[in-house]
Amino acid sequence: MSRFPAPARPLLTAALLVALATPAWAQSHAHGTAPAPAATKEAPVDPKVDHGSMDHSKMDHGSMGHSQMDHSTMDHGNMDHSQMDHSKMDHGSMDHSQMDHSTMDHAAHKTAAPSEPREPIPAITAADRLAAFPPIEHGAMEHAPEIHSMLLVNRLEQWDGQHGNGQAWEASGWVGGNIHRLWVRSEGERSGGRTEAADVEVLYGRSVSPWWDVLVGVKQDLGPGDSRTWAALGIQGLAPYKFETSATAYVGEGGQVMATAEIEYELLLTNRLILQPLLEATLAAKDDPCHGTGSGLNKVEAGLRLRYEFNRRFAPYIGISHERLFGDTADYHQAAGERARDTRWVAGVRVWF
Amino acid sequence: MSFSPPPGPGAPPMPSRRLFVQGAAAGGVVAGLVASGLPSRAFAAAGPVVATAPQVLSGPDVQLSIGESLANFTGRTRPAITVNGSLPAPILRWREGDTVSVRVANALQAHPTSIHWHGILLPANMDGVPGLSFNGIAPGEAYQYRFTLKQSGTYWYHSHSMFQEQAGLYGALIIDPLQPAPYRFDREHVIMLSDWTDMDPGALFRRMKKLAEFDNYYKRTLPDFLRDVRRDGWSAATADRGMWGRMRMTPTDISDINAHTYTYLLNGTAPAGNWTGLFRSGEKVLLRFINGGSMTYFDVRIPGLKMTVVAADGQYIHPVSIDEFRIAPAETFDVIVEPTGQDAFTIFCQDMGRTGFAAGTLAVRHGLQAPIPARDPRPLLTMGDMGHDMGSMGHDMAGMGHDMKGMEGGCGASMGHGAHGSNDKAPRHPASETGNPLIDMQSMATAPKLDDPGIGLRDNGRAVLTYGAMRSLFDDPDGREPGREVELHLTGHMEKFSWSFDGIPFASAEPLRLNYGERMRIVLVNDTMMQHPIHLHGVWSDLENADGQFHLRKHTIDMPPGTRRTYRVRADALGRWAYHCHLLYHMEAGMMREVRIEE
Repeated sequence: MSRFPAPARPLLTAALLVALATPAWAQSHAHGTAPAPAATKEAPVDPKVDHGSMDHSKMDHGSMGHSQMDHSTMDHGNMDHSQMDHSKMDHGSMDHSQMDHSTMDHAAHKTAAPSEPREPIPAITAADRLAAFPPIEHGAMEHAPEIHSMLLVNRLEQWDGQHGNGQAWEASGWVGGNIHRLWVRSEGERSGGRTEAADVEVLYGRSVSPWWDVLVGVKQDLGPGDSRTWAALGIQGLAPYKFETSATAYVGEGGQVMATAEIEYELLLTNRLILQPLLEATLAAKDDPCHGTGSGLNKVEAGLRLRYEFNRRFAPYIGISHERLFGDTADYHQAAGERARDTRWVAGVRVWF
Repeated sequence: MSFSPPPGPGAPPMPSRRLFVQGAAAGGVVAGLVASGLPSRAFAAAGPVVATAPQVLSGPDVQLSIGESLANFTGRTRPAITVNGSLPAPILRWREGDTVSVRVANALQAHPTSIHWHGILLPANMDGVPGLSFNGIAPGEAYQYRFTLKQSGTYWYHSHSMFQEQAGLYGALIIDPLQPAPYRFDREHVIMLSDWTDMDPGALFRRMKKLAEFDNYYKRTLPDFLRDVRRDGWSAATADRGMWGRMRMTPTDISDINAHTYTYLLNGTAPAGNWTGLFRSGEKVLLRFINGGSMTYFDVRIPGLKMTVVAADGQYIHPVSIDEFRIAPAETFDVIVEPTGQDAFTIFCQDMGRTGFAAGTLAVRHGLQAPIPARDPRPLLTMGDMGHDMGSMGHDMAGMGHDMKGMEGGCGASMGHGAHGSNDKAPRHPASETGNPLIDMQSMATAPKLDDPGIGLRDNGRAVLTYGAMRSLFDDPDGREPGREVELHLTGHMEKFSWSFDGIPFASAEPLRLNYGERMRIVLVNDTMMQHPIHLHGVWSDLENADGQFHLRKHTIDMPPGTRRTYRVRADALGRWAYHCHLLYHMEAGMMREVRIEE
């Protein structure tokens, strides 16, 4: 579309006519804007433009020598440019170097907008001022709450493994605004009627980018014989391709440093039947036989859960989960009579509030 | 009259999806909860209600009482907020030039309330926005509105307090012109479209903040992917999924809230209730369409009838003959139809996401119904819709792959492309958008798109209304060139359900200051994938055409994704005015500014 205002378009048309005789003039005015046929077609958009009365005599083309042309009687209304073929025009050999546009007066090309409004701006009275800025009580505007919260019990399940059975959970919740949130996360496992391992984290989270939060806080282990407290620092968010991702480093008493990373994806078989692959890995910096922890990678858990969302808030699932211990961690556990690998069937519910 | 007990353990179970979409045949306001001393409209629960004669209040002195009533649109009886016991609120019918006085009493138990006269030019203290125009109306109190009508046409009024509009507080406002209208008609009907939810609207907002995609049951699945692979080939299908995946967005996000939550109403009647407006064959019937929906765009057509649009947002336009129009929340369109040859025609108003519809009937007598058409296929957003169309900028999509991968932290942030297309502009984004966690995307190539029928309406074989096709019947009433320009970007984060201008939510935004008397230009750029109807109180929004000339006088400017639209504002109304997205939950989530016109 042309960047010229509608009243200028007939002039462009005229310019193209002139261009046939004097291509140099048109080169600088018509090129790169609207092709003439389109301009001609659209010209009637503004019925106010009267082409018959247009006065081109104010156009000063400087040294171009057109000053003798009288355009005032030209009637552009009936021109049909739709058949014009400009593709054969050769502008390549034109020499524009002598053109002096500095004296051209473009002001006459458009209808000048009035500087004063057509409808006058009303003068302000004292009553107007009073009505415009009435005294407003603080808090007169009610706002929707800015603090929200959510609790997601991502996994609450019964498991049946090769070496036993039990229950497990994984949940996270937040309360706060768009940027600052208080997070609570908990994970745990029960077997044979007793809690094997459990932890609770309380973290402050801050959005640092559209998709990532940085979290800092504490983790408390709650397992039998394990009540270690850790300082936690991590990130969580939605990675490209919509992978739910979290990675957290923990610094514990005695200088132990551990880290966990978790990636989750939602594969939609239908909009209610959702397959959720999950991968979780745990690492440790130091060997810690007392807690059955070897240095390096010590545990990987891979899960595949298929849930059905009866509604968004309530979705039962079934799935399979495989857990494997590595390195010294595996040895320590095997020495204690435990297995380094386990594959479990799981069934549970995913709910949120 | 029947009285239903408040919902509780005895409430019927959740209605079926069909009942939800179609609504209850005998829906409507069941009973006034609060004895207001004013007549409360009630429907018999038994026996079909085929048509409802709306309350019409006219004359310069009007008394309105805002109270709580029970309504039943889905088979469940739920609380609603009504005016004089009516949902929609009574039609107010006034005359241009009259000075009207409206006493609004608050009969709600616990909440302050307000009424805003949408699109009406009036003193700031009559505008009805608590915190800007006045203090609101406390329970048990009343506010005396008084203003002179300087305009004519189809308008509406609604609450500007929290989510009361969603709960039912909206009504038509018709101002008859002093001079005869430039078109002839034999009879008229107001068609007020809206969206009803059985949920408490505050709870619905909280739900949006927890899981904004709650209602999107249309996300693309693995079978959809396999189908696309078969159809388009592996690389095209994976490239497409990859692009959306990198943006962490989904092309089926057409509307935040759809018919999984809403039942759509036409004049306060669900489709099953078959609201009916009468005509005699050969008559010219003026239909005054108003979108009083809180979150719903409607695509309206009357199969078998051409519609001639004669006014937009209350202001006359050059007549446009069309088959279908999209109406954004808060917009009004006056259309003339000449029904003949059939005894009944369906007014079919599907939501933009094609999840449900409102419907009514034009008929020669009550009890008739024409077929209700099937909903159109659900549209998918494209990169072009969202201002990411590299194709139109002369680039090959495949060649962009490496750039797109670098789009971490806001799609397009790293795409430094100049304007290649004729009208496509690579917007310069305000600094407040940079590194802002509340912005999940930015547009890369925007255009006014005034001639674009919009998502889901292109090439559907019907003549669809566009902003480009509508032109004010009058010349620019002000005439001045804008003396300055203010550019604002519509921004948001879908997942956080955070919405703002320039990435700054209302709570932390400074007012936008205009000088009394000035003519200025507002440039809006949509940096989100949603469509936003933007409403400036107190003054007109004079939409410009693609050449920057006065084009169409409106009070609400619709901003589809990927658009850059400009309009002129004549700051001739002193005071503090609200400026916001008219999607109610977007406004409450922060897409609002105060505009202060000062001397």
